[in-house]
Amino acid sequence: MKYFHLVWAALFRRKTRTLLTLASILAAFLLFGMLDGVRSTFAQVGRNADGAQRLQTVSKMSIVETLPLSLAPRIAQVPNIEAVTWANWFGGAYQNPRNQLFTFAVADNYLDLYPEVQVDPAQLAKWKATRNGILVGEAMMRRFGWEPGQTIPLQSTIFPNSDGSLNWAFEIAGVLSGGESDSAAFTEALILMHYDYFEEATPYVDNTVGWYISRVSDVNRSDAAARTIDALSQNSPHETRTMNEQAAFAAQLKQMADIGLIVGSIMGAVFFTLLLLTGNTMAQAVRERTSELAVLKTIGFSSGSVLAMVLAESVLLVLIGGVLGLGLAAALGPVVGAASNGVINLPPIGWSSWALGLGLMVAIGLLVGALPAVRAMRLNIVDALAGR
Amino acid sequence: MRMLRSFLRGLLLFAVLAVFLAAWILLPWQGLLALALALALWMALTRSGRQAASVTWVGVGTLRQRLGASSVVVVGIAGVVGVLVALLAMAEGYRHTVSSSGSTDTAIVLRGGSSAELMSVLSRDAITVIERAPEIARDAEGRPLSSAEIVVSANLPRRDGDEGSVSLRGVGPMGWAVRPEVRLVEGRRFEPGRRELVAGRGAQRQFSGLEPGRTVRLGNQVWTVVGIFDSNDAMASEMWADAEVVASSYRRGSSRGAVFAALTDPKAFNAFKATLAADPRLQVEAETTLDYFSRQSEQLSKVLRWIGIVVGSIMAVGAVFGALNTMFATVAARAREIATLRAIGFRGAPVVVAVMLETMLLALLGGILGGLLAWLVFNGYTASTLAGGVATLDFEFRVSPGLLWEGLKWALAIGFVGGLFPALRAATLPVTDALRAM
Repeated sequence: MKYFHLVWAALFRRKTRTLLTLASILAAFLLFGMLDGVRSTFAQVGRNADGAQRLQTVSKMSIVETLPLSLAPRIAQVPNIEAVTWANWFGGAYQNPRNQLFTFAVADNYLDLYPEVQVDPAQLAKWKATRNGILVGEAMMRRFGWEPGQTIPLQSTIFPNSDGSLNWAFEIAGVLSGGESDSAAFTEALILMHYDYFEEATPYVDNTVGWYISRVSDVNRSDAAARTIDALSQNSPHETRTMNEQAAFAAQLKQMADIGLIVGSIMGAVFFTLLLLTGNTMAQAVRERTSELAVLKTIGFSSGSVLAMVLAESVLLVLIGGVLGLGLAAALGPVVGAASNGVINLPPIGWSSWALGLGLMVAIGLLVGALPAVRAMRLNIVDALAGR
Repeated sequence: MRMLRSFLRGLLLFAVLAVFLAAWILLPWQGLLALALALALWMALTRSGRQAASVTWVGVGTLRQRLGASSVVVVGIAGVVGVLVALLAMAEGYRHTVSSSGSTDTAIVLRGGSSAELMSVLSRDAITVIERAPEIARDAEGRPLSSAEIVVSANLPRRDGDEGSVSLRGVGPMGWAVRPEVRLVEGRRFEPGRRELVAGRGAQRQFSGLEPGRTVRLGNQVWTVVGIFDSNDAMASEMWADAEVVASSYRRGSSRGAVFAALTDPKAFNAFKATLAADPRLQVEAETTLDYFSRQSEQLSKVLRWIGIVVGSIMAVGAVFGALNTMFATVAARAREIATLRAIGFRGAPVVVAVMLETMLLALLGGILGGLLAWLVFNGYTASTLAGGVATLDFEFRVSPGLLWEGLKWALAIGFVGGLFPALRAATLPVTDALRAM
């Protein structure tokens, strides 16, 4: 630590070069911050204590097939199951059928199973009392400039209303907010309506639901509960498949795209290039200073400390650029979100991304510093001073 | 005063750069050819041009001495171009697969307000009315070339062991005739009325057990795979069976999702649409299948393209700084040589052009290397996604010549920016200082 000023002076010996290299490192870690945020968000979807407690039951045939409502009381009697709720896809769209929104028709007790979703109790009571009431996510409210109490027209891309048209009118009873939970982004883009109203109004749905959600009291025995639920409908025309919510999300996402692989290959290419670039800078820096290093050794610096100083210089270089880049990525997230009015949501950079990033910075710094540092350590004083 | 002047100069340079890059992005390949030709003519015919050529020649000739530093530029730019081209190839492959499923002379009819087949419902009565439209082509016996179809999704084990979702399309008797591009590559077609299916090549690639002669379980029913078809588009990710059997297995009664119809002529589409709109018994929307499938792919391919461009831009910024670094070092190393040239009467312009050309040459190498790598690794690489959130779609990355050209343009732009500032430094270096240095 006492040589810090020496390392610092060496680093800024050639300001232009150091600044340019820093900018490259910054760009690489800015990209890392953004991509790793995306990756870890996808990896963590549903992976919370609440998600592990919830079981999702869907038709075994495919996710678009429906299940009979008569299954609800039978699921409720399965040991270890505390509560059961159900939902149906509505396929809502606003103004234009292409403008699709996440709209579910849910049972009244749906939100009891989702304690991470926050609704004002008065608004929740109003929703329960309003037949055509809906709860709308905060991001949706902002996006369309809606107010609570307003009646809005929604189109269903699937289900006709009792009059045969696809147009439905709903009254906004309250606002859903995700708070600090991992699934906040999803919650705030959601619209929930009453299943009972939906089921009565549309001729297409006759006591059938899209999926069941149930909560287990003992997470360790949830696999047994899932198997018992599936056994209820075995060999009937409506066989089910039950998984905990985490596993269901993960399976769905994995079919969507292998995000980890894509992010991994991009970052591989980026860091390979970065390695070469900073390696070149460090090699140049040490080559230029050959005689200075020789002087250091002449006045008594050991080979080991010269090695350590060059390594420290390269690690410091990468650390400064990397921390600035990650910081920029963290600062940029909210700015982009605000500028795009919540349409583009860059995930915040979690501590795991920071830890991984810092680890990578030190590793890259050591790697690019290794060769020049060894060169500096092996320097023969006489040859170096003679300029040979 | 001097600070103000240098600030203004910097500002001017920045503006010129911004204008240049904007023009560059819009430039077609003919434009680049014209530029290169003009440069070559200038070099061959004018005095300063010949000077530039000889200075460039010296710079390029001595590249070998700066192999390490120069390779940083090449590899850095290759990285940018490789990642950019690979991401764009994914978007392009997806778009191509989905949109080539359609054509202008076939139409799809959906219930009004439904944006996709899976959400649409048409009753038997409506289908009968639609099929009577005079604009639909007829076969030799006078039957309309139209197929009322129903799409359901089914779960099957994927090759990697997990369960996946695949589309099962129930097609009418004319299903094959409406789509002449679909051909059977193995086995035979399904027989109407039997629980048999033919699987697309793409579906076969993603899911296990789809071999002719084997049986698969969909829900609690057993189906026999009797053949494999291929069509090089989104249809190849589906499984086909008789519409009646699919509808009864999935309890859909006599309703269907959509009608696919071959038109007598691509120009007949507007008349067809008008016929359907004029019929009070129908509440349907007709589109050409080309429009329908292009719309299905539009959003995702746009998002993928954007991701490619954003990632590419950030990487490009990094690469520009890398190139700047290297070229500044090059100029510094050759400062004496350049000063000597200027002392014996070479003007500034040839020196600027020479440094720029050297950087652009390295950038070109990097661009070619990156494009080549992306092409070798990713062209034809198969990937899959969930189309519309419910059915697996198998597609191939497409590294098209257009994308390679785009990558090359990016490479040259990076080289241009990375070479400009060092070149200006080289040209404005005070001759006496540079000669005294070292």
